[in-house]
Amino acid sequence: MLGPYEYAIWLLCTLLEAGVLVCAFKKNALRRYLLLNVYMSASVVVSVGRFDIVRHYGFTSNEYLYFYYYSDSLLTIALYFALASLYSHIFSELNADRYIRLGTLFLLSATALFSYAVVQQSASKLVTHFVLELSQNLYFVGLVMTYVLWAAILKMRETRTRLIQLVLSMGVYFSLFAANFAVQNLYHSRSSFFEMLTPLFGCFLPFSWCYAFWKLPEEARITPSRLAVVPR
Amino acid sequence: MMAAFILVCSVVLLLQFFVSYCRSLIAASAKQMLSPEVQDVTGISRAASGDDFARVIQLLRLCPDRPEDRNSIQAIGAYFRLLNFLRSTLARMVPSMHAWTESERGHCAYFAAVALERRIAFSRGMLAQQMEN
Repeated sequence: MLGPYEYAIWLLCTLLEAGVLVCAFKKNALRRYLLLNVYMSASVVVSVGRFDIVRHYGFTSNEYLYFYYYSDSLLTIALYFALASLYSHIFSELNADRYIRLGTLFLLSATALFSYAVVQQSASKLVTHFVLELSQNLYFVGLVMTYVLWAAILKMRETRTRLIQLVLSMGVYFSLFAANFAVQNLYHSRSSFFEMLTPLFGCFLPFSWCYAFWKLPEEARITPSRLAVVPR
Repeated sequence: MMAAFILVCSVVLLLQFFVSYCRSLIAASAKQMLSPEVQDVTGISRAASGDDFARVIQLLRLCPDRPEDRNSIQAIGAYFRLLNFLRSTLARMVPSMHAWTESERGHCAYFAAVALERRIAFSRGMLAQQMEN
């Protein structure tokens, strides 16, 4: 059953997600970061859908369980494409859009194939296991992609503060989730504790995007080498 | 085995991204000069020291809360604790890391001082509004 803590975090996260859209709209960043905003809109819609299902069928119902995992998988794919759009921003001067699109689709297909290979022995609920596995693997792939993007930012001396903060917040978000999934797989007996942390981690991304859209003007610039952990 | 590998990679990358994210928050405040008044109150004139952080945070708590900067102050507080942990463990063995943690702690203190400046301005604005009403 969901308690006041879970409902409060859920509400906070949904409000923050809606807040990102408002901030982006107010600061004229809705179209510039279109896929990021599409992801946030989808998150709000899914959140409302999940609440409706909990209200009608209950938290422990199969309907909620299926809706939760399937929608989560779709949201992860949407976030993956949002990340790919940040690649387009960083490499915009190189006109590499076509290669980025091809690379994104190739990596997504490879992750899907790998996930299928992992779960194909499951006799029952193959699709459900696949969806769950794909979601977890995409978080790790997203994390590696974000790291590569961060390395590209440092190498190319990208200076747009807002873009840099969006990439870094995505890195923190992906690594939090990838670590959380890994810990849950390693310590099944304590997985309920780590499951409780998942929605809390979910608040980080909309909060940091709200900050980036609201506080940082598009013209703000920063020296990226100053942000690297290893001084360059 | 795979989960352990993912966990180790994720934690290492999480630390990298978290440190860089906090530094990007701090970088914005590093360009801002402190008013003479805040310099007097905090004792920070140009470069801040990590030892000033606790004092500046105490001063911040005396001011009315500004919802806009609450979360960034919490993030920098977590970063400061991480730096303290590094300072008392790894940095004891690696001198260059000691210098780096000291400089980062100083930046955290400066960030807190800039937040204090904003809170003071915010409180003054509120007071002025109340006087008008």
